Amino acid sequence: MRTFTADQAGVGTVLPELAVELTPTLIISTALATMDFTPVHHDVEGARAQGAKDIFLNILTTMGLVERYVTDWTGPEAIIRGIKVRLGVPAYAGDRLTFTGSVTAHEGDEFTVGVRGRVGLGDHASGTVRFSLPAR
Amino acid sequence: MTATAGRGTPHDRLTALADRRIAEGETRGLPAADPVNLPMIRHWADAMGDANPLHTDPEAAAAGVHGEITAPPAMIQVWTMPGVRRDAPRAPTPVDDVLAMLDADGYTGVVATDCEQTHHRYLRLGERPVPATRLSALAGPKKTALGEGYFVTWNVTWYSDDEAVAEMLFRVLKFRPPAGAGRRTAAREPHPMAAAGTGTGGEAAAGTGTGADGNAAAGPYPLRPAVNADTAFFWEGAAVGELRVQRCADCGLLRHPPGPVCPSCRSAARTHVTASGRGEVYSYVVHHNPPVPGLRTPFVVAVVELPEGVRIVGNVVDCPPAEVRIGMAVRVTYRRMDEELTLPVWVPVPAPGEA
Repeated sequence: MRTFTADQAGVGTVLPELAVELTPTLIISTALATMDFTPVHHDVEGARAQGAKDIFLNILTTMGLVERYVTDWTGPEAIIRGIKVRLGVPAYAGDRLTFTGSVTAHEGDEFTVGVRGRVGLGDHASGTVRFSLPAR
Repeated sequence: MTATAGRGTPHDRLTALADRRIAEGETRGLPAADPVNLPMIRHWADAMGDANPLHTDPEAAAAGVHGEITAPPAMIQVWTMPGVRRDAPRAPTPVDDVLAMLDADGYTGVVATDCEQTHHRYLRLGERPVPATRLSALAGPKKTALGEGYFVTWNVTWYSDDEAVAEMLFRVLKFRPPAGAGRRTAAREPHPMAAAGTGTGGEAAAGTGTGADGNAAAGPYPLRPAVNADTAFFWEGAAVGELRVQRCADCGLLRHPPGPVCPSCRSAARTHVTASGRGEVYSYVVHHNPPVPGLRTPFVVAVVELPEGVRIVGNVVDCPPAEVRIGMAVRVTYRRMDEELTLPVWVPVPAPGEA
């Protein structure tokens, strides 16, 4: 896998979409891989008892998927410096989480990508990821 | 702030508590249960569908920009998550009782609104991050689509050998669910703060009350006395409600703290007596800072002089710190800090005529 170099990414560059199918397996495996054992992320009855319609993605996974969305595009050598997310509607099992984004800023050696992750109910997450790229 | 709010309104109590917690600064939590390790990284990357080889493939990592395996930065919070058990040991944070007070005031709904991470560098295998949490803001009451509520913001910094490696800002809205809605049920289903990022698990964070007299921990009390052959009798006494003082078995001198040899006759033979439990404050300090694990500031540490002739260090409780005075009459009582530890502490004895 190769990584973009700093001269290959410019402001306005549009990232390819990433669609993540929110299967129960994905919701549960990511909850457990992030050490989050709260019932609403693996127990359908438990989630409904709290007013949710199904189990839903946990926040640590949202952060992980946002990071992955950007590094899938940049390649492995990008250095992530910050991930800033405004949390929106829940991402329920059975839905699809679709990420879109574009490069919004480039100052010094730091790039900023604006990211939106949408599900059926609306924006699940929106925010920015800051990173640097190899010089050449 | 409502201009008409009197001194004792729930809003005033809440903001006063938040101001105190904000002033406390950051409180360190427990270090990661496991050092940063490849199996947990691989499990995370597999579940996320993250194929970046610099996190899982030693050869690719060695040839890559970091020169070795690094953890995905978004994993930072994972290392200090509490695990399955809800009664596992956890360190108190300055956020706990602010959330608890909001719950008690009816703001039982919770929805996470912001999560911001800053990564100073990537963690390497073997590092064991320690989280430190500070309360940074309380804003409200505000009208929101979910109901009236307060925004609570806190920051977690993860340290590795005292180097800050990553930071996170986390904000939740604690709201009063509209009448008729069930607890935690809202028009828009909340993200429970399960993942809320105190490193403690949000349900636990929201539900953990504050013990009396400064003991903030619902789980095991984090400070343990040094119990050894010289001091065991003292702690065994405390556990059964006796204030025991060491006594030289030869010359009869009482001494505290306990030690192996009589400072007067140098005899190693010792026994103990049970003190009356009365005393007076010989000297004291009010501790405001730095934060102490398991305790809520301010708290009073006093040297109490016993009529038996020795002085003992202990906390003065059930008394506003400003009212503690040198010479104040006190009596011992006992506080059960957790399942194993009971501490002798001191309470004021009412002066004649008070009740």
